[in-house]
Amino acid sequence: MNRRTLLVALAGIVISPLAGAQGSTSDEIAKYRAALQDGNPAELWEARGEDLWRQKRGPRQVSLEGCDLGRGPGVVKGAYAELPRYFRDADRVMDLETRLVWCMVQLQGNTEAEARKNPFGSGSDRKSDLEALTAYVTSESRGVKMNVPLAHPKEVEAYRVGEKLFYYRGGTHDFACASCHGEDGKRIRLQELPNLMTPEGAQKAYTTWPAYRVSQGELRTFEWRLYDCFRQQRFPELVFGSDAAIALTVYLARNSNGGVYDAPAIKR
Amino acid sequence: MDSGRRTILKSGGGLTLLALGAAAGWLDCEDALAQTWNKAAFDTHSLGDTLHALGGDEPAQSQDIEFVQTPEIAENGAVVPVGVTSRIPKTESIAILIEKNPNMLAAVFDIPAGTEPVISTRVKMAQTSNIYALVRAEGRYYVAAKEVKVTLGGCGG
Amino acid sequence: MGEPMKIRAALTAGATEVKVLMSHEMETGQRKDAQGQTISAWFIQTISVTCNGRTVLSAQWGPAVAKNPFLSFKFEGGAKGDKIAVRWVDNRGDQRTDEAIIA
Repeated sequence: MNRRTLLVALAGIVISPLAGAQGSTSDEIAKYRAALQDGNPAELWEARGEDLWRQKRGPRQVSLEGCDLGRGPGVVKGAYAELPRYFRDADRVMDLETRLVWCMVQLQGNTEAEARKNPFGSGSDRKSDLEALTAYVTSESRGVKMNVPLAHPKEVEAYRVGEKLFYYRGGTHDFACASCHGEDGKRIRLQELPNLMTPEGAQKAYTTWPAYRVSQGELRTFEWRLYDCFRQQRFPELVFGSDAAIALTVYLARNSNGGVYDAPAIKR
Repeated sequence: MDSGRRTILKSGGGLTLLALGAAAGWLDCEDALAQTWNKAAFDTHSLGDTLHALGGDEPAQSQDIEFVQTPEIAENGAVVPVGVTSRIPKTESIAILIEKNPNMLAAVFDIPAGTEPVISTRVKMAQTSNIYALVRAEGRYYVAAKEVKVTLGGCGG
Repeated sequence: MGEPMKIRAALTAGATEVKVLMSHEMETGQRKDAQGQTISAWFIQTISVTCNGRTVLSAQWGPAVAKNPFLSFKFEGGAKGDKIAVRWVDNRGDQRTDEAIIA
């Protein structure tokens, strides 16, 4: 090897450990995430959710098997890939969770308050039926390409409102969703943040919720993800099933169209 | 057998074949019932104390104990995958110890003949720490260690 | 009694691989609730896995095993249709047994 080649080779050796430090950290974290895939506690929620879907419950002792999630009464397969959407019977755009609440009220005779209570469970004493039902219904869309509609005027309006909310800066820290999720290469501590403004970022982020959140020890849904982002941004509480939550979901879900749905997943 | 009846009755109004089978097996197999839990071993704070409680002594460092599917960095200490493979012949048990946890011993697996000395599970780690894999083979103890860093991802929730 | 476990047992190259997902809080006894009261320890202490009645694995666990525990191991032999039974007993004396067939 001549002298010039040797110098170049030596330079390469000096540089790579420094560049490698950042790369190897995210490689190791990727290994952590891969090791978690085998055996996802979300399956326990999926099983409980399927039971809740089929059981006769509520004042009318009726199962949810007649619930129309957008593809016809009782059709669960592929339903989540087309949500949120406009529902004529309710005359509004609904995400999965608000639609489940609707069916729990209309079919099973629960009050809205009853159906909506405890959207985010905590431990084995306070399990959330909505989380379990969401886990079951979403699992039936695994492998399906996201195909959220944007035809009805209310769907279009929800998308526009969601987009505005995504960029809306507020709270004590003047954050918007876009502050963390509007650019490439952002991170919080060791967590790389997805850029939701790119198709890949949007797809990867949306198609992996709900997820068993290891740090929560619970299965968490997309409504929870938005609620928790608002909390971390020091925004006022995002009300479960609110127009704001649905609008943001429409915006983010629609932007993930084309991505293959792959949840319930498992995350840190 | 009073507590036994109570447990079976607790299985629910509709006794499935599964529960009946389990109940029958449980009432018959006295040794399955008598599986003991080594309280002393789970109360220790050092490798030496744990070994002492397990009935062993000075372990030999071994290159034949491998950590498999055990990441260097865990994004959250609540769930850390740990896999241990022992290539030591006649491995009888594999124990997982986490140095900086409130109590060191996390789990002990007894490997009967015919079962591969390969275990994969998930543990909680209070902080970045060494994980020890302790293997007992033919009454002798062997150990290997791996450091796993624990971080807190994202906004900390 | 807890929720049913998810057990998968599959035969590959003469060995049966068993993967189990259990539903259990695995409370360490170190945490405090919102009122400052310590949440008492609640965790699986002993595990036993049998294949057609023969013990293929047994274990003692402490609260450091993660919540909703996962366990994976392999044993020689086993045949399609054999019955795998997994039993756990926790520190409250609660127990659960679930079964699966080797696929």
